[in-house]
Amino acid sequence: MSTDNIDQLRSELLNAVSQAKDASALEEVRITALGKKGRITDLMKGLGAMAPDERKAFGQQLNVLKDEIAAALDARKQSFDSAALDARLASEKLDVTLPIRPGTKGSLHPITQTMDEVAAIFGQMGFEIADGPDIEDDFHNFTALNFPPGHPAREMHDTFFLPPAEDGQRYLLRTHTSPVQIRTMMSQKPPIRVIIPGRTYRCDYDMTHTPMFHQVELLVIDTETNMSHLRGCLQEFVRTYFGVDDLTTRFRPSFFPFTEPSAEMDIGCSRKGGELKIGNYGDWLEILGCGMVHPNVLKACGLDPNVYQGFAAGMGIERIAMLKYGIPDLRTFFESDLRWLRHYGFAALDIPTVTGGLTR
Amino acid sequence: MKFTLSWLKEHLDTAATLDEISAKLTSTGLEVESISNPAAGLDAFIVAHIAEAKQHPNADRLRLCTVETGTETLQVVCGAPNARTGLKVVLARPGTTIPSTGDVLKKGSIRGVESQGMLCSAAELKLAQESDGIIELPTDAPIGAPVTQVLALDPVIEINLTPNRVDALGVRGIARDLAAAGLGKLKPMKDSAVPGKFESPRKVKMRLEGGDAKLCPQFVGRTIRAVKNPESPKWLKDRLTAIGLRPVSALVDITQYLTIDLGRPLHAFDDAKLSGDVGPRLALPSETLAALNGKTYRLDPAMVVIADDKAALGIGGIMGGEPSSVSESTTTVFLESALFDSLNIAATGRKLTINSDARYCFERGVDPVSAEAGAEIATRMILDICGGEASSLVHGGDTPEWKRTIAFNPARVKSLGGLDLPPAECKAILERLGFTVGGSGDAWQVTPPSWRADVEGWQDLVEEILRIHGYDNIPATPLPRAPMPKVVLTAQQRQVAFVRRSLAAQGLNETTTWSFLPKAQAELFLGDLALVSLANPISSDLDALRPSLIPNLAAAAGRNAARGMNDCSLFEVGPRFEGSKPGQQVMIAATLRSGQTAPRHWAGLARPVDALDAKADALAVLDAAGVSAQSLQTALGAPGWYHPGRSGLLKQGNQILAAFGELHPAVLKALDVKGPIVACEVFLDRLPQPKRKAGAARTLLKASNFQPVDRDFAFVVESSVTAESLLRAVRGADKDLLTDAGLFDVYEGPHVGEGKKSLAVYVTLQSKDATLTDEMIEAVSKKIVAAVEKSCGGRLRA
Repeated sequence: MSTDNIDQLRSELLNAVSQAKDASALEEVRITALGKKGRITDLMKGLGAMAPDERKAFGQQLNVLKDEIAAALDARKQSFDSAALDARLASEKLDVTLPIRPGTKGSLHPITQTMDEVAAIFGQMGFEIADGPDIEDDFHNFTALNFPPGHPAREMHDTFFLPPAEDGQRYLLRTHTSPVQIRTMMSQKPPIRVIIPGRTYRCDYDMTHTPMFHQVELLVIDTETNMSHLRGCLQEFVRTYFGVDDLTTRFRPSFFPFTEPSAEMDIGCSRKGGELKIGNYGDWLEILGCGMVHPNVLKACGLDPNVYQGFAAGMGIERIAMLKYGIPDLRTFFESDLRWLRHYGFAALDIPTVTGGLTR
Repeated sequence: MKFTLSWLKEHLDTAATLDEISAKLTSTGLEVESISNPAAGLDAFIVAHIAEAKQHPNADRLRLCTVETGTETLQVVCGAPNARTGLKVVLARPGTTIPSTGDVLKKGSIRGVESQGMLCSAAELKLAQESDGIIELPTDAPIGAPVTQVLALDPVIEINLTPNRVDALGVRGIARDLAAAGLGKLKPMKDSAVPGKFESPRKVKMRLEGGDAKLCPQFVGRTIRAVKNPESPKWLKDRLTAIGLRPVSALVDITQYLTIDLGRPLHAFDDAKLSGDVGPRLALPSETLAALNGKTYRLDPAMVVIADDKAALGIGGIMGGEPSSVSESTTTVFLESALFDSLNIAATGRKLTINSDARYCFERGVDPVSAEAGAEIATRMILDICGGEASSLVHGGDTPEWKRTIAFNPARVKSLGGLDLPPAECKAILERLGFTVGGSGDAWQVTPPSWRADVEGWQDLVEEILRIHGYDNIPATPLPRAPMPKVVLTAQQRQVAFVRRSLAAQGLNETTTWSFLPKAQAELFLGDLALVSLANPISSDLDALRPSLIPNLAAAAGRNAARGMNDCSLFEVGPRFEGSKPGQQVMIAATLRSGQTAPRHWAGLARPVDALDAKADALAVLDAAGVSAQSLQTALGAPGWYHPGRSGLLKQGNQILAAFGELHPAVLKALDVKGPIVACEVFLDRLPQPKRKAGAARTLLKASNFQPVDRDFAFVVESSVTAESLLRAVRGADKDLLTDAGLFDVYEGPHVGEGKKSLAVYVTLQSKDATLTDEMIEAVSKKIVAAVEKSCGGRLRA
């Protein structure tokens, strides 16, 4: 075998590589050249019979040839692969404007979100959360809260009653969250700082009243908290809740059987053009009732009113939610209309915190 | 409570503007509800003069008036019967908005004759509810002047009176409060005794026995004879009309007036219609009384009536009776000024559903010394307006003891009220309000005036001082608190919060439904519970407390379906009621899904919801609450409102944590909603609380570096064998190498034979410390097959 023959073979094989029409033709060329019985393989096999010097020289040439042909095969194969990929890609089409597979987006009710916001704010001030039963007795709902006997609020038109019980008690649905004040003071020693969110019930159903609604109650009892703290605490609350840093508040004398002195708090607002805006615009909006816990209430809970004092406040959850989020109708809170739940609801991960932002 | 500005100024000498008065009322606790200024909107109306009024040529009932305004002469067609020559009238010219209709007046033609304006009635100006003709202005009214300068237009102030403010039931009390708050001076009141010209022939007889005497402790009477009972003078009628009262006759109007003016209700009887002595007694069983409002009331012996020797004359402190009432022909009056027990008045008023001004006053509490003073003031007014002469007073009972002393330390204003105010100023405020202040230093003795029955303890005195000084002067001090907020939620509160947000993350919409539902629906969901109904439901479809959250959610799904939204996924976290006593309620997380799992989609993902969707929701709740799924068993025995074959329980040991499934078709039918609907209820109160660990550190992760191997097995078992029991057998077969197992196929059909099914599971094997060999895999496989055979009777499918 001479060098010429090798050159001859090289040009033959390179030609065959370049002439191969497709991947399978190329594979045949590879087998012809480098397969078990291929021409280069055959020549390699013949090396053993050669004289050492000749073998070395010829072997080197064969190796060069083998590498060269292998490289040519590889290059040719890659070009076929890339053409095949191009062809495949040209045939693979997805209409990417197709709608995606739907995920389901849930929501939280505005009452839940508002309660969480309220809890986040008062939590910063060290208030814990207390709760109590929806079904109450006369003592916790009225008597201990200094409602004189015969008070109109005890009567049928306000309070939902259960049928007379066998123990002679006349149980009722709590008309406010205040009975939990009593339960807290009777089970816990001062200092006390709690908020009490929950369902409340009154026998009233019209544009602005529903037979069930939610309140949140505040109770602070210690030996020093006075009306100035009440005002400070509530002012901080409304400013944080409504996100108006300098929101002005107005304190007015009022009356509740279970507080003395009693007050109502207004916040600044505007009603221009029939649209309600919270802020310092000169008009006032009533937002909550509050006061210093009445001495008779403290006494009913076994606390000496000459030693212990503190404040209580209460507000409607739906009301403050409506004000903040511009929800027009109270009754819609309880209709479970999916459109409403999705529109006014909140995302699962929209967890209110004072430091992370109460509202997205 | 309503009053007019001029009425207030009858008692208060002040230069303050309406706005200042309004602001001060609110700041002292007499919250202004509304102020209606009748002059508002009347600027364009002017005084005009009817130079000539003659018959309209084409209409019998119309008049054609030539009207002069001072600058022009207009022709106006008018339908009022009192439009006559020479009258001074209120004229609206074209372009003026008429208050009663809100329409802008246009020049027009009435029955063929041009009308260049309109002569107005009081109703058209919204100065009265109705009127008979056009307003007749005084003859000296200047022509062309705005009518607001000529008509007595008195702003009406309405305040929201809190039930404790018995002192402000009358206009005078309101004036007193304003004066105390520095807005003027309280004018003196003439309430001295009117000397009797004769002895009253009619006496008082107190017929309340023993303990009932306190229901009417005092009754003062007086005979006034030779009176006339004409219409009231204009000023009196105007004041009553302005606050919405209807003038009747002078005698009646005087008592109406004093009720509002002083918070002192009185009653005037026609003496000719009385028989014998007059005074309070209890009503007789089934006694009836024709009251002044035209209705007849059936009374009971818990009620107090004013009676003579023969019959009940009126419902004490609430309303007089028709037969004994004064009329135009009345010539002798017997005047009543009495005191009544507020609770008894409230109870009677409620029972009879009478809302009168007298009841309003007495049920809050009338000044105990006003019985006599009120009688004197009323007498003076009657003599002034109706003439006649008065007897001396006749008495029954006595003024109840009202004087009491409150020990007061002025430092309390700061310690409770949070306001720094010099003691001298505190004292001055109390004295301006009529309190007597004695003592000194930190030991004051304070006596409230008779009209302040609401003031009981030192806290009330603090309130009085703060109120008059102004609550807005109380500084705002933040609550002292720790520099870093502490955790305030309990573990359970965090658990519930996490459950809610996890369910929303699952794609469910949270809702809030009533705690109530219709009895008929409650009965479908009682199980072992007793029905809890309300004694006074607001309506028949909200007459029971819910024993389950499901019916309200199902009804919500039904309402949404009616609006075209058939696919609902709702949840609610709230109470279910297990009894009718405090504490007999438990917290439930409930979910409900209806219709399809997804909207129609090109990739065909939608399928009807099924019980396993509800199971997934229940498991999501339990997972969010930190309950390990490994610790749960699925069992049969869901309550009867679920489909018996497509429902189950999730239990931890013997404790049922949740129920889930498709709702029973009969229940859906009774609720009138279309299925399929699936639901779950998780008992949040029964969940184990997350354990309080020493710290937040997790257990160390031990992840293997060796290759995991998957093997599949298909077992043929009896149809009754549950997937969970088979999987438990597989998972329990090897604790060492088996890291995961799952079910990937369920087959029932001819290939496995009648009554059998094939369950195919995959298992994942992985060693923590070596590459798995064929032998090891084979050994585990054998254990798995053996375990399934032992506990489920399963064999490998051929």
